[in-house]
Amino acid sequence: MNINLVQHLVLNIEETVSIILFGIGFTILLLHRNLVKKIMGMNIMDTATYLFLAVKGYITGRGVPIVVDGIQDVEAYINPVPSGLVLTGIVVSVSSTALMLALTVRLYERYHSLDLDEILILAKEEEEQI
Amino acid sequence: MSRKRDNYEESRWRKFKSWLDGETDLLEHGMDAHEAVMREEDPIIVPAHGEGKEILKSKGIWRFKQFYKVMSVVLCLGVILTLLWTVAALPPRGDANNPDNNEVAARYIERGLQETGAVNIVTGMILDYRAFDTFGESCVLFIGSCCVLLLLRLDGNSEDKELEKMVAETNDRHFEPKNDIILQKCSCVLVPVILMFGIYIVLNGHLSPGGGFSGGAVLGAGLILYLNAFGYKRMGKLFTEKLYKRTTLCALTFYCLAKSYSFFTGANHLESGIPLGTPGAILSSGLILPLNICVGLVVACTMYTFYTLFRKGGM
Repeated sequence: MNINLVQHLVLNIEETVSIILFGIGFTILLLHRNLVKKIMGMNIMDTATYLFLAVKGYITGRGVPIVVDGIQDVEAYINPVPSGLVLTGIVVSVSSTALMLALTVRLYERYHSLDLDEILILAKEEEEQI
Repeated sequence: MSRKRDNYEESRWRKFKSWLDGETDLLEHGMDAHEAVMREEDPIIVPAHGEGKEILKSKGIWRFKQFYKVMSVVLCLGVILTLLWTVAALPPRGDANNPDNNEVAARYIERGLQETGAVNIVTGMILDYRAFDTFGESCVLFIGSCCVLLLLRLDGNSEDKELEKMVAETNDRHFEPKNDIILQKCSCVLVPVILMFGIYIVLNGHLSPGGGFSGGAVLGAGLILYLNAFGYKRMGKLFTEKLYKRTTLCALTFYCLAKSYSFFTGANHLESGIPLGTPGAILSSGLILPLNICVGLVVACTMYTFYTLFRKGGM
């Protein structure tokens, strides 16, 4: 059972790598107190997702989905759907990263700190002052 | 055993157990502990800057932090192991008989060229079969740039803001050396090539790898390089905020008008009156080329705006 599991993981090595990358990103997101590093973790998670999708669309021995010499056989090209999904993912991740970084800039301008704990405490103090 | 201890209610084991039993959510629980400690110390706190570090060192917070770290690692390991277990159950990579290589992909490959006229099947897919999806995508990008604009723009309305703007200007001059001769000479050579390459990628989106998104990113990079080499004054002749607004608005409106009628046709097939042309020629594949140009313009403007906003808070 166990050997079977490992065999499968080695067989799907790209998926395994993307899951491990995803885990690294998730750990960074949870463990780091620095907001910029949290955003980096988020981006690593995004990248892991792209890798996973790209691997899912790949078929051994077939070419990129651009019609060459008028050949329109399913046997000749890889699956084009995941490629489109990766494109969507990249665009959304770019916009969300920019938004998060802008929010971080504003927070830093106000509290002069990137540490989430310090920001929370300073924000609370401010609330009490009012 | 541990029940005999006085502070059982406070112990880590009790917290862990209550979390395991599902009585408390980990995050909520953590927030509660955070707040409780804060409230205890409230009377002593003199609200002033610099107090934050003192609170961070207090014992309750320290213990909460340790607890948080341990639980984070446990959660992460749990997520990774569950996902790995799932991956082990997935079909082998690159097998043509995998369930995701179904009739949808086959249809795109077999009929794509006749129905969309695009040699690049992915472009045909995202800008014809799923063009409305791509419209949403460009809107996400536009909304993202609007939010960043709201957050980071410095308006020159009040005196306060005027001062802030001046400070930003000085900082900008301080950190970015102006009129660097090496950079200027290099960008004289590079910028036209980069812009040409970007335009090539946008225009050949239906023929070769690329398209609006990648080409727009290259165009944006060219604009940013030009700005870095020659400064805002020279850039003002080429690209202003007004131009940015107009370009983005026109591109998005055209895209919207060109594609939103698919609502009326039941979002089924996107017929355009434009003939598809010969596959492989640059003027082919109907609406895909203008749509690619629209997307490219939106992306290029957004990239450039992001850069200027993060650098100085305005164009």
